[in-house]
Amino acid sequence: MRRFLRPGHDPVRERLKRDLFQFNKTVEHGFPHQPSALGYSPFLRLMAIGTRSGAIKLYGAPGVEFMGLHEENNTVMQIHFIPDQCQLVTLLDDNSLHLWSLKQHGGASELLEEHRFTLKGPPGSPPSATQVTAVLPHSSREVLYLGTESGNIFVVELPSFRVLEDRTITPEAVLERIPEDNCNRRSCELVEALQEHPKNPDQILIGYSRGLIVLWDLQNNKATHHFLGSQQLENLYWQRDGSKFISCHYDGSYTQWPVSSDNRQPEPLENTVPYGPFPCKAISKIYWQTTKNGLPYIIFQGGMPRASYGDRHSISVIHGSQQTAFDFTSRVIDFFIIFSSDPAAEFDDPSALVVLAEEELVVIDLKSAGWPAVHPPYLASLHCSAITCSHHVSNIPLKLWERIISAGSKQNIHYSSMPWPIDGGTNIAPDPPQRDLLLTGHEDGTVRFWDASGVCLHLLYKLSTVKVFLTDADPNDNMNTLGEDEWPPLRKVGTFDPYSDDPRLGIQKIYLCKYSGYLAVAGTAGQVLVMELNDEDAEHVVDHAEADLLQDQEGYRWKGHEKLKTRDGPVRFEAGFQPFVLVQCQPPAVVTSLALHSEWKLVAFGTSHGFGLFDHQQKRLVFVKCTLHPSDQLALEGPLSRVKSLKKSLRQSFRRIRRSRVSSRKRRGGSGNASEVQEANAKFDQEALQEMELAPVQRKIEARSAEDSFTGFVRTLYFADTFLRDSSRHCPSLWAGTNGGTVYAFCLRVPPAERRMDEPVRAEQAKEIQLMHRAPVVGILVLDGRSTPLPEPLEVAHDLSKSPDMQGSHQLLVVSEEQFKVFTLPKVSSKLKLKLTALEGCRVRKVTVANFGSCKTDDYSENDLAVLTNLGDIQIISLPFLKLQIRYPCIRKEDVSGIASCVFTKYGQGFYLISPSEFERFSLSTKWLVEPRCIVDMPEVTSNNHVHNKSGTENAARKS
Amino acid sequence: MNRAQRGAAGSRGLGTMEVKSKFGAEFRRFSLERSKPGKFEEFYGLLQHVHKIPNVDVLVGYTDIHGDLLPINNDDNYHKAVSTANPLLRIFIQRKEDADYSAFGTDTMTRKKNVLSNVLRPDNHKKKPHIVISMPQDFRPVSSIIDVDILPETHRRVRLYKYGTDKPLGFYIRDGSSVRVTPHGLEKVPGIFISRLVPGGLAQSTGLLAVNDEVLEVNGIEVSGKSLDQVTDMMIANSRNLIITVRPANQRNNVVRNSRTSGSSGQSTESSLPSSTPNILGNLLQGEEESDEEDIIIEDSGEPQQIPKAAPTSESIESLSQIELLHESTQNGFLPSSEMNLNHSAGSISMDYEVPEPGRKSLEEDGTIITL
Repeated sequence: MRRFLRPGHDPVRERLKRDLFQFNKTVEHGFPHQPSALGYSPFLRLMAIGTRSGAIKLYGAPGVEFMGLHEENNTVMQIHFIPDQCQLVTLLDDNSLHLWSLKQHGGASELLEEHRFTLKGPPGSPPSATQVTAVLPHSSREVLYLGTESGNIFVVELPSFRVLEDRTITPEAVLERIPEDNCNRRSCELVEALQEHPKNPDQILIGYSRGLIVLWDLQNNKATHHFLGSQQLENLYWQRDGSKFISCHYDGSYTQWPVSSDNRQPEPLENTVPYGPFPCKAISKIYWQTTKNGLPYIIFQGGMPRASYGDRHSISVIHGSQQTAFDFTSRVIDFFIIFSSDPAAEFDDPSALVVLAEEELVVIDLKSAGWPAVHPPYLASLHCSAITCSHHVSNIPLKLWERIISAGSKQNIHYSSMPWPIDGGTNIAPDPPQRDLLLTGHEDGTVRFWDASGVCLHLLYKLSTVKVFLTDADPNDNMNTLGEDEWPPLRKVGTFDPYSDDPRLGIQKIYLCKYSGYLAVAGTAGQVLVMELNDEDAEHVVDHAEADLLQDQEGYRWKGHEKLKTRDGPVRFEAGFQPFVLVQCQPPAVVTSLALHSEWKLVAFGTSHGFGLFDHQQKRLVFVKCTLHPSDQLALEGPLSRVKSLKKSLRQSFRRIRRSRVSSRKRRGGSGNASEVQEANAKFDQEALQEMELAPVQRKIEARSAEDSFTGFVRTLYFADTFLRDSSRHCPSLWAGTNGGTVYAFCLRVPPAERRMDEPVRAEQAKEIQLMHRAPVVGILVLDGRSTPLPEPLEVAHDLSKSPDMQGSHQLLVVSEEQFKVFTLPKVSSKLKLKLTALEGCRVRKVTVANFGSCKTDDYSENDLAVLTNLGDIQIISLPFLKLQIRYPCIRKEDVSGIASCVFTKYGQGFYLISPSEFERFSLSTKWLVEPRCIVDMPEVTSNNHVHNKSGTENAARKS
Repeated sequence: MNRAQRGAAGSRGLGTMEVKSKFGAEFRRFSLERSKPGKFEEFYGLLQHVHKIPNVDVLVGYTDIHGDLLPINNDDNYHKAVSTANPLLRIFIQRKEDADYSAFGTDTMTRKKNVLSNVLRPDNHKKKPHIVISMPQDFRPVSSIIDVDILPETHRRVRLYKYGTDKPLGFYIRDGSSVRVTPHGLEKVPGIFISRLVPGGLAQSTGLLAVNDEVLEVNGIEVSGKSLDQVTDMMIANSRNLIITVRPANQRNNVVRNSRTSGSSGQSTESSLPSSTPNILGNLLQGEEESDEEDIIIEDSGEPQQIPKAAPTSESIESLSQIELLHESTQNGFLPSSEMNLNHSAGSISMDYEVPEPGRKSLEEDGTIITL
């Protein structure tokens, strides 16, 4: 009758759970997906980025970050900070305007949306009448000028967004004093640019799309100057003193115009097509900045010769005789210049060019010779090559940390030494509790080491495994080399490079031992590299071994990719992690699991065919075990090559059909019935699609069997020093779990240190457990006599963990996709189990042991399992009794790549990709929480900052 | 018969075994060669001979070491009976026409007295089946309809016994929509349906499931609100002991129960014991715990063996945790309270499905499961 007592609701435990567990999504690392707008406040020294999904993110000094989301999830088109305020206005593609404020609350600043507003025209007017194209927040901070498609400029009051109808600047008013022969009503269609006079807040410059530019006097409500441009206008920029401005045009030209009181309709000073004489692309934005030495900087986006360089995403900087066209890896969204914001300063003296491209942020130091790039402390492009795997290591010892940083700093010498120029706000978050590394493996064969301790995910060091192999691409092929007389003077900048030379180089598994500095990395073509950290450059031969995982099987043909060719002879490696051993699995299938034991100097690896153990001290293969079922042809033949997605096969069949139809059309000589064919094509495609929709989605219900495909796929490998054979002697052991629910245990004999090189490591299979439910084994763990998970290799040797309890009996935890099971050791008998799939219909995707500390008392902590399911839920399950503690929804279940990318840390945090370029960081712990906490103060306004004076006449008087 | 040789040690030493056979009120004693028992047919003839009933069709049974009355009707169970008899093989013979089939089976230990009295006094027995098909124990169950008494007539709860057969389960499920009666009238709600039966598969061969049957529950857990993939995973996870509650597309073959007409029928479908539900459901799971899975271990490349249960102390922990798990999941809303009606049935599932003989089971599994 014990079952009628309900032990589950122990109030003490419930209270403890509240002190231990808490779910928070804390910060997004990386580069925003699909950025669409950029803004900058020289006053706050904050940068804002808007995205196509309606997010807005503010960045200042490292650690100063804010995020907001527009409810509409519409694309952010423009971002404008209100001068000298902690406020900004965003324009979305649904023509709505939003006012955001940074407000202090509870000692930290928060970004809040205060008002929203959509401009409405008189009843019956077309939508273009109020379609906002240009926004000018006036320096008085009281009004916004909104240029529209219709040519009207509306004035709205801030922060109420009340339209001041009497102040609307209509095209009629503008045209009043212009001779008819030069302009007509059509000249004033679409306001392209609005710029306030830098010295006189009562004057604004209005640029219309068709080329007409007007200087408008707000006091007298009339146009004072007309500038008749002949080309379609793109943008305008004032020179600092207000005596000249520059306009840029659709034909790739820019024009400088004088502004003087005597000539009301001046002629241009200079009109240039910088990359002429052949037709050029539009210059969409331009800056004209003055310097002390007299030579101005002209910085503009676009303008490349249409035919040969029209596909380049460029920003050109011209300074005297120096001219460089920075060539970006992706489309330029927008850019801004950081220059002296002190209004009293006589010159702009630009210091940095900040460019937001579609896939990365690039900052160019304009002060240093050669205009080097600045290494950004945040907004790293995680996806410069697609992320293929990640590995998190908590609590890195200081020594290793410093060595990695020093190796990384040698790679970053080409970066500018300029301090990060966007430095607004103050980071008030406590220092990160420990040094954490996040390692990401990439498609191009690189491993990137990120400082994941705090809010800013910062690249420390980049490791490339490519050098070990011979690939088609020549590594010396440097894209940056620039011929002397090349025109235009293009210079590649940025790191985004999604094109992998050879997909076999892709990194699939990473294991870093933080105590020894050993790193094991495994890839797509069955390659396993063991590396050691070396502080110096070195040239050496990489020992090479092959592991034939199909030993007993004969007569099978591998239809997948070939193994990678290795380089003969010594290879030069730069300081950092240098490979010394390469094991190549045969067949060269993707490595699906990897384990490294730095104390025993052993590395274990598994593929869909089997697993092997390599002694990297003696550089000798200890054993291989084939796990492949002889009838499993699919796994034999290739890396999932035959498991085509429906989409892919459909696409291919469409392609086939199209090809055959194209050829038949050719035969007919392409006569007049092309449209007929097209029509038929369209009809056919439609029918095929419909057919696909009609076929219902079915799921086969079948028990798993040993004959299923990919049962031999090795999912997990684990080293443990435990009681495998008898309860009196423990020994090193290697455990492997497969897709078919089999667990293999091998008893290892590792010679003592003094004879380590003399005697071989021996292995003998001791146990084989077949789980009846046959679900894939995703985790294996041994619990010691105190039911604590065994420590990591060398953890005890470094005094960072209590030695495991070898007195009490050990237990084996096997986690399959469907259930958790605890067995006794050395005699395997089942002790406990927790079923997940049978009860809830979800499966385990990721599982880790995490240590949870109490937020109330420092001395209490416990180990639990953190589990991510295929539905995107996170569950915490207690050890050793396997009780579900708590459950949190975390990732949408449709977000398969997000779920696949999730990594847990050892202290109850985690990361997963929310886009190819962004990690979401979350925390399950009340104690370990890394989230931005920062404050933005209003800087002191300098006394001579005239702009704040409301009265324009007073200003004018003082100026004269 | 030499009485002096009838001592247990003596008979074993000589390789002979004493048989005590009873038919009606008569006993016969004789001995058999333990090592050479011969065929069942010979034994059957011998029994007819010693009881002098040469032309009477009879059923032969024996009491095993647990006191259960088990049938002898082929060579296998005859040999089993001979090999396990110690020191004496007790045989009970009934006329086929007065046979009481319920007397046989693994459960007879508990009702042995009663059974024996029935056997001993066949005249007392009321029910006399006129048509004899065969005894249930001669077959391995493949499927059954269960909980007929507590389910609405429109529903059917089918149990598929996958472990005993090499046949695939052999069916497919799909998304669909069904019409429900709600307070707002008829409403279309998403549901899961059987979309295809594989010819020759277990599902098709039972005839209990059909295309377009709506799946309502999987092993006592409602599928409403769950995606097709979730339900697929649940079915596969339970595939060794799958219990599906369906609303058959064809409602004409439904069992019509007399009790349905009475007022109490409603009570049986809507359970009235909400407070005890988690525990009853726990009961179901515990039943399953023992029945559905026995992992296998091979030690030092020896013979495959079933993994035993750990010491009872830990078992009690398990049961505690199990209940707690359930309790918590109920709290979290994962087992909606509308499942009350299930829980009752769940209890009965574990009741009528008891652990098969462990020895026999592992024997069956050795052949099919261990392949490496």
